[in-house]
This record gives sequence, C-alpha cells and structure tokens, in this order.
Amino acid sequence: MTENGSRIASPADLSARREQLIAEDVGIRRILVCSTGCLAIGAREVEAAFREGVAAADLQGEVQVVATGCHGLCAMAPVVVIEPNDVVYGRNRIKYVPDVIEQTVKSGEIIRRFCFGRDPEMAHLGDIPFYAHQTKAVLRNVGRVDPQQIDDAIQRGVYEAAGQVLTSMEPDEVVEEIIASGLRGRGGGGFPAGLKWKICKESPGSTTYLICNADEGDPGAFMDRALLEGDPHSVLEGMIIAAYALEAAKGFIYVRAEYPIAVEHIRIAIEQAHERGLLGPDILGSNFSLDIEVREGAGAFVCGEETAMIASLEGERGMARPKPPYPALRGYLGQPTIINNVETFANVPVIIGQGGVKFAESGTEGSKGTKIFALAGQVNNTGLVEVPMGATIREIVFDVGGGLPKKREFKAVQMGGPSGGCVPASYLDLPIDYDSLREVGAIMGSGGMIVMDETTCIVDIARYFISFCAEESCGLCAPCRFGTVRLKEILDRICGGRGTIDDLNDLERLAEVVQKTSLCGLGQTAPNPVLSTLRHFRDEYLAHVADRTCPAGVCTALLPEKEVATAAKEG
Amino acid sequence: MSLWPAETQEMAKKLIGRYPDPKSAVMPLLYLAMRQDGYLTEAGMREVASWTGHTPAQVQSVATFYGMFKTERLGDYLVSVCTSISCMLLGGDEVLDAVEDETGVPHGETDAEGLFSVEHVECLGACGGAPAMQVNYELVEGSTPDQARSLCRWLREERPEAVNTDAMQEQFGGRRSFDWAITEDNSAVGPYPAFGPYGTLRRGDT
Repeated sequence: MTENGSRIASPADLSARREQLIAEDVGIRRILVCSTGCLAIGAREVEAAFREGVAAADLQGEVQVVATGCHGLCAMAPVVVIEPNDVVYGRNRIKYVPDVIEQTVKSGEIIRRFCFGRDPEMAHLGDIPFYAHQTKAVLRNVGRVDPQQIDDAIQRGVYEAAGQVLTSMEPDEVVEEIIASGLRGRGGGGFPAGLKWKICKESPGSTTYLICNADEGDPGAFMDRALLEGDPHSVLEGMIIAAYALEAAKGFIYVRAEYPIAVEHIRIAIEQAHERGLLGPDILGSNFSLDIEVREGAGAFVCGEETAMIASLEGERGMARPKPPYPALRGYLGQPTIINNVETFANVPVIIGQGGVKFAESGTEGSKGTKIFALAGQVNNTGLVEVPMGATIREIVFDVGGGLPKKREFKAVQMGGPSGGCVPASYLDLPIDYDSLREVGAIMGSGGMIVMDETTCIVDIARYFISFCAEESCGLCAPCRFGTVRLKEILDRICGGRGTIDDLNDLERLAEVVQKTSLCGLGQTAPNPVLSTLRHFRDEYLAHVADRTCPAGVCTALLPEKEVATAAKEG
Repeated sequence: MSLWPAETQEMAKKLIGRYPDPKSAVMPLLYLAMRQDGYLTEAGMREVASWTGHTPAQVQSVATFYGMFKTERLGDYLVSVCTSISCMLLGGDEVLDAVEDETGVPHGETDAEGLFSVEHVECLGACGGAPAMQVNYELVEGSTPDQARSLCRWLREERPEAVNTDAMQEQFGGRRSFDWAITEDNSAVGPYPAFGPYGTLRRGDT
C-alpha cells in the first residue's frame, strides 16, 4: 500500500492509492456553504450554525462543514449543498439549521419548504437550471477538489490517463488518438491539436519543447485562471501526455503574473507531482521523464500570441515573429515547439479517458467536445459555463445565465474578446462552434461571452476594443501600430459627436487594411470588433454620425444637455 | 562583482539554471531585481544584464516593454483598477474615479508621500466578480465605488504591512468569480506580485 506522500511507482500503484483514498473517505459527507456572494447575507453565521449543529448532533466523524466557492445561485443566497446527493437549499437562516441536520443530514429527507421555489423537483444541484444545462467534462474537478492537495486529484482519477498512456501506448498512438478526437485549440485559433502535434513530431531538431499558454489576456475570459487555480493537476496531466506523445523532456507554463493564485497553485501542484513521481525522472516507472517550469509574464497581452510568447520566453521583448516557420517547426531556441492553451491541455486526459472516437461523438461536425465559456457583463449568473459545442447563445445566456438583470432587453453578446465580434439578438439561436461564429463575423476565441443590454452603446464598445489593441500592439509592424491608433481616432470622433458619413467608409477601408497586412494575430483580428459592429449595428453608427444621437444614451457629447445632467447624477 | 547580497545571487543562479539559455531568465531576474530595490533601477538592470549575457540596453528594452516591470518607485500600495470590458459595463470606471478621488492620485501616478500608486489595467480575469481591482496584485472583486473608497481609507489609516485577497474581499468586496476555500494565507508585502521564488514574502514565510 502506498504511504501518504510517497512516490507512486506504477499505474497499478496509482490505482491502489486512489482506492485507498476513496476508502478513507467513505462515510464522510460534506455540507457546502457558499462563502462568496452569500457572505453579505449571513452565510458566515449559517456556516457557524451548521458547525455547531453538527457538533451537537455528534456527527463530526461523518460530516464536514466546508465553505466553498460560489454556486452561481446568488439570487437564492445563502446557498447550502448537502452531500452525498447534493441536496440544495436556498435562503438559509440560522433557525433552519436544526431541521436540516435532523431531517436531511441524518435521514436524507428533502425538506420541501427550503427547496428552490419550494419545489421538490429542484431539490438537487443538478436540477437547478444553471447546472442542468451544463456538461462538466473539463471542469469536472473544479470546485470539487482542494487544488493544493494532490491526493484530492488522485482520488478523483487525475493522472490515470497519463498512467495508461505512459505504460500502454506508443507516442504515435497518442497523437492518432488526439487527431481522432477532432480536438481544436481552445486558445482561439481553433487549429486541430493532433495535427499540430504531428507536424511538430516530423520537424527536425535536437530537442522538442512544450509550452502551456496560460497568458490569458482576452478581456472577458477567465477559464484558464479557473483551471489553473481550481484543478492544476489536470493541466499537468495533459502536459505529461502531450510531452510523451511529442517526446519532449521540458515544458513551460507561461502564466500571467496578474494571476498570483494561479501561479501559486500550479507551483504547488508541480512540487507535489514531483514528490509523487508524477513529474521528474521515470514517471510512474515508465522511463519517461519530464520537467515543467512556471514562467510568469509581466503584463503584455501580445505574449499570448505564440511567436511573441517564444520571444518573451527567450528573454526578448514580446514581439511577434513572421510565420512560417511555425513554432511546431522552429520555436523556442530554434527547436520544434508545441504551444497549446490551458483548456486544450485539460481536454487531453478527457480524450484519453474516453477514447478519441467517443470524444468526437459530442459537439458539432467541425468542433468536437465541450467548450468553457466565461459568461460576464450584463447577465444574472456570471461565471464559467461548460456546454457541448453547438449549444446556442440563447441556451447559454438565458437557460444557464438566467437572462439579463432588471428584465432588460438583450442587445448583443461580444464573443472572442478583442479578436472577436458582437453577435446581435437575431442570432440567439445560432449553434455556437468555431465555424458558425466565423460566419457571423465573430470568433470562438478563448470563449469570453460578454452580454450587453440596450443601455450599452455598440460604437463605444468597438472603441473600447480598438483602444485595447492600440494599447497592446507590440509596435513591430506598421499596420497594427498606426492602424489601430487611426481607427481609434475615428471612433473617438464618432463618439465625440464629430463623426461624418465618410468616417464610416474610412473605418471599413482601414479596418480591412489592418486585417490583411498585419504581421500577427493581434493586428489581423484587431479590426474584427469594428467590422462586426458595422455589419450588425450600422444603424447605430448612422445615428451617431447622421442624427447626432447615441441611442443607448452613453456618448455624452451626443446627449441633450438635460440627459447629460441626469446621466451624471445617476453615474 | 555583483551588487546583490549572497542570497539574491543564489536565487539568480537557481533561476538561470531552469533554462537551457541564460538569456531566457531575463524576466525572472527582472522580478528579482525589482524585489531587491523596490523598482527597476539602472544598476539593477545592469546587474540583470551581467547575469544573462544581454547588453544593458537589451535588458532595458525588455523591462520597458512589459507593464508590470516598473522603472519608477511606486507607493507602498499599488491600486490597479480594471477598466476592461466586463468591468466597464458594471461600473469599473466609477470605481477608478472613486479611487483617484479618495487617494488624490490620478491613474499612472504615485503620491508625493509614497503611499499610493494608482493605475488602470486591462482584464484581470475576474469578470465573474466585476468590477475588479487589485492592491499589490491581490484581488478584490465586486466592490462598489464606496467600498473602494473605504478600502483606500483603510490602507491609509491602518497601513497594513501585508495585504491579502481574502481579508480585503471580506471587508471591501462583493460578488466573487470563484473562491477555493483555501486555508493557507498568502499575502503581498509590497507593490510586486507575490511570487515565492523571487524573494517576495508570503505570510507563511514571515
């Protein structure tokens, strides 16, 4: 039997350890008290009352009271979830605690009056719309494991796919499995991951490097942060599998320095994986060795672009380099290098676990598996949402996201950050995948979804994104360096009430030039928010330049004086 | 001859040892230099050059490319307010106004006393709890402009030696993107991101 903290020598040893951990936990049930948004409404007191109640009922050996992250149900705060069946109660008060302990914790009975809407059909977490419409594959462990405890990950089966790969598959077979899965890069490009690996394997070079792109910078995206902070071991497992397939002996995780907790958690995870023999020499007795370094960025968005990331890793300014050669051929220090996004790596153990062909059964024709979307902006349930590819915008924003606050009208959703576009209400029933979004002028990007209501000015949003790109342009190529600034000036003029019809034509023309002639993805996609809004919301631009009004009431220069005063007062 | 104390030199050697080429270690060494002197001094950048084989000009060009390498002295508390899209839609600009007004420091500047530096930043990946801000890179989410004012007042009055996400969130925050219910306390003790390997103290170390 494997001792706590000792090296795990083989996949069989890993399974034994997992079984042992499961056995140790049998009988322990948890009461999860939301400790985030619910705090304001007395969650701390409720948590304390549960602790006292558990002690009074003499249940300490079997029941743990745990403060957890947000369940995404703030409207019902404070929320309590009771294992093993994930019974969920809302609007908990201290005086309810004795009944909950007596009836639900002890006897497993559902108390109708504490259920959501007093509806016993809503008694379990999985019944709540926010969860019922989601498919947690990549996020399966997030919020369920203590990210600083490798044993929690092992108990949930993390590293088993790596064990299987390392001892029973050839590297080429792994690549074939990923190709069969149809997995496309989750960082935004959507390039088939298996194909990229295959190209890299066929490239000449003395060493192959593996880089995990955790420089998540798209405004509105935070799924990589969640994975690194909440389930770092699954990301490491994906990297181990990839490194084995590519025969790489060195990996880097390039992570934003703005995410200190992600940095900390991934470092702790690497340290613990080393102690257990899951990283370092001779992983799980397979003769395969891998070291992974964490590299913090320093606040440059462009470093998320793969050639800029390589330049940054090499100790240069993070400026993009012309492609080809692609990094898979000539990357870090001139050697073949694979750069995949955090979510891409986190998908790899899922694929190995179920098999590539099975994985390819979910999703759409051209986009397989699930996608994590970061739901933000003017929507009731903000947070991470994992759904199969092909879910519609309506399902995500209304079924999972609970619609817009204050019953406001849905105007658009900005998809794919500064490289993406605004998708209007007429596409609410569009099944989302890499290809469908491109057709409507947006992109999947990293999966940011920013919901906007009728009080948002679309021109102002386009101006925001173009300012972002002007600010973050590395300055190497002229179309991006000057073009984004000129685009911003035109938009400033329009929002400032000095725009003309000609400005709209100039915007379109210049945007196309920047798109076609920029060196890297940043510049090539920077005009997308402008072009997509011009395409779907031309009337709103026209209102700004022809009628000199801002229909959303945002651009102060275009508001009648009375409204400016009201807006200032409200603001 | 290195200007750095023996301990920092040891750390520099260790950081360089992680890469196949010493030039690759320039960014980690810049964080180390920043921690050593409080910000990136010319001497510090020359030191990094001598360790990595870059010229001092190359090191400076790298240092000035990245927003988080600071070549001027900062206040004890660096307040970074996110004004990126999700936060902008939910009042990030108003939070920035409140912070500027309460501290008397416009964004991009530091007060004469050396207490506050204020900046506005791009997405902090905290859109689930927008609007978001950071104090010495420790995150506070879901604050109203009034809470942001209180946070600044608290910093001015209490002058905490270390700041930490959980404590600030509880007092001055609101809705949060996620919370892992971590027991271990991490805190930043200066206007630098709190990374262990670069000599930044965590509460556990003190």
